[in-house]
Amino acid sequence: MPDFEPVLLKRINAKANPWLDAYRADGGYRGVTKALNEMTPAQVIDVVKNSGLRGRGGAGFPCGVKWTFLPKDHPGPIYLCVNADESEPCTFNNRILMEHDPHQVLEGILLASYATKASVAYVYLRYEYGVAYRNMQKAIDELYANNLLGKNILGKDFSLEVYLHRGAGAYICGEETGLIESLEGKRGWPRIKPPFPAVEGAFRKPTVVNNIETLACVTHVIDRGADWFKTIGIPPDPKNPRDAGSYGPKLYCISGHVNTPCCVELPLGITVRELVDRHGGGVWKGRKAKGCIPGGISMGMMTEAEFDTPLDFNGPGKVGCLGLGTAAVTVFDETTSIVDVLYNICRFFAHESCGQCTPCREGTGWMMKMLDRIRHGQGRKEDLEILDEVAKSIGIMPGTTICGLADGAGWPVKNAIAKFRPELEEYIRAGQKTTVALEMAH
Amino acid sequence: MAYLSEDLRQQILAYIPRYPSKQAVTLPALHIVHDAMRCVSHEAIREIAEMLDLSPAQVHDTMTFYQFFREENAPLGQTRLWVCRSLACGLRGGDALLETFCEKLHVEPGGTTKDGKITLEFAECLGACEGAPAVMVNDEHRHCVTAEKVDALIGELS
Ligand SMILES: Cc1cc2nc3c(=O)[nH]c(=O)nc-3n(C[C@H](O)[C@H](O)[C@H](O)COP(=O)(O)O)c2cc1C
Ligand code: SF4
Repeated sequence: MPDFEPVLLKRINAKANPWLDAYRADGGYRGVTKALNEMTPAQVIDVVKNSGLRGRGGAGFPCGVKWTFLPKDHPGPIYLCVNADESEPCTFNNRILMEHDPHQVLEGILLASYATKASVAYVYLRYEYGVAYRNMQKAIDELYANNLLGKNILGKDFSLEVYLHRGAGAYICGEETGLIESLEGKRGWPRIKPPFPAVEGAFRKPTVVNNIETLACVTHVIDRGADWFKTIGIPPDPKNPRDAGSYGPKLYCISGHVNTPCCVELPLGITVRELVDRHGGGVWKGRKAKGCIPGGISMGMMTEAEFDTPLDFNGPGKVGCLGLGTAAVTVFDETTSIVDVLYNICRFFAHESCGQCTPCREGTGWMMKMLDRIRHGQGRKEDLEILDEVAKSIGIMPGTTICGLADGAGWPVKNAIAKFRPELEEYIRAGQKTTVALEMAH
Repeated sequence: MAYLSEDLRQQILAYIPRYPSKQAVTLPALHIVHDAMRCVSHEAIREIAEMLDLSPAQVHDTMTFYQFFREENAPLGQTRLWVCRSLACGLRGGDALLETFCEKLHVEPGGTTKDGKITLEFAECLGACEGAPAVMVNDEHRHCVTAEKVDALIGELS
């Protein structure tokens, strides 16, 4: 493969100045100028639709198609909610974009708002990103001072306000309707859908929710065109009529037991092995990998033998994972106990379940308690069957919960039992880990 | 006299034009008060509610959903120090790091040092995984905080 020239990280890798003058000198806001002068909102939507850009927030929904779900000729207001909650464990690419190149993100926000006729964009930003918050605000202030935000942007019939809205440490506010409830000043309890946000979202008005990386991609799709975007990534599988393809660049996060944890930009479809070996500097301490979580912890687990799986929108599903997710790969080495990894994951979900749906609230807590018991040598032979049953019965897919948090909580448990059963059984039998000492032990 | 200072009230009121409903100012208002006063007291909740045309119960309901905000019985110290315990940090010693901080500061997670300088917390993924194990000082990340860097960090914050 010829060396890929970064798109989203281009200015960041070059350590370019993040502020407006420098961004413009590098060709920034060319897309906005083009859209406002030469394109109708419908044309902008068409280009994004034709580019095949799919949402980077986890669900992979085609971005332009989502925008067409807004009611036609609505009197407004229409809102854009920018999902900068990025709380999926092991994921940090949105942070890097906002901290180091805020205008690239803001240009995407302007373009998405123009296309969808949104008059206000709320950026729901997790509290933990203080630097991103201050850099985004500074960039927004620059835009207001330069007629790129506010009334009649660039003298055209397009006005937009952008406000940052800080979260308060709740993972569930990344789920799009939890986000909307939180924005409205309520508990971040996800809503039952339908109605979908496009029909009735923030403040009961039509609303588009998009992820930060998705919007950063929009910037380049409008500047360079749909055809260019499709030269990157993987086309649809001809044998799968429902596949919309995996086009464009992707920010992959690599962390855990690798030598050089980092965020790297590559065409969609890179394999886990290439990521780990080439970009993560290989597994640390000269060890071998036991496995990884492939796309944030909600997507399940892969064994080392599955590392040749391509990380596009289809790949992880072929080895039983939930999906591409956030494409954040966290490697655990051969000395790590799967029980410890699972306990850490289950503890997260038990802590972050919003508590609305009984199967999720009770199930996540139950799974954590069972793993804690197993971890401490009190496991029982029947535990794996019970864990598997709980994991399989919570979520939108089995139809027992309101949102997908519960599916994500069950998936790593199901995967671990299917893929690492001998190790789990051995741990339960012996009452302790039988492999070498652990990094995670305490 | 109002419990919240005029300055805090003005900061809160300045958010109202941003949203079509006053209730949406709840989180910004809670942050403003919490940052300045290190907790959100009952009296503060009452005044926020009054400014936003809500009942105090509505503000309290929202506030307690986010375990982030402290009530008046457990105010924050000067600095809030968060230690990440999620997977990427856990694989590189996050849990042990939290224990080290507990021992050195003589507090449990959630507690504040006797001199009121540091409140220690565990955090779920901070989004600083390339720098695991990571901590957060108020709202800014610190990367690769290995055991030998603990004393220096405590010294800086004390
Ligand atoms: C439990 C849960 C947490 C989520 N967290 C995030 C998040 O932090 N950031 C994000 O962009 N999307 C998150 N999502 C996905 C959003 O609901 C939504 O699909 C996404 O923001 C849409 O944007 P996109 O189409 O640009 O990807 C989460 C979903 C679930 C079920
Ligand atoms: S599935 Fe879990 S997180 Fe989602 S709404 Fe239900 S209880 Fe809340």
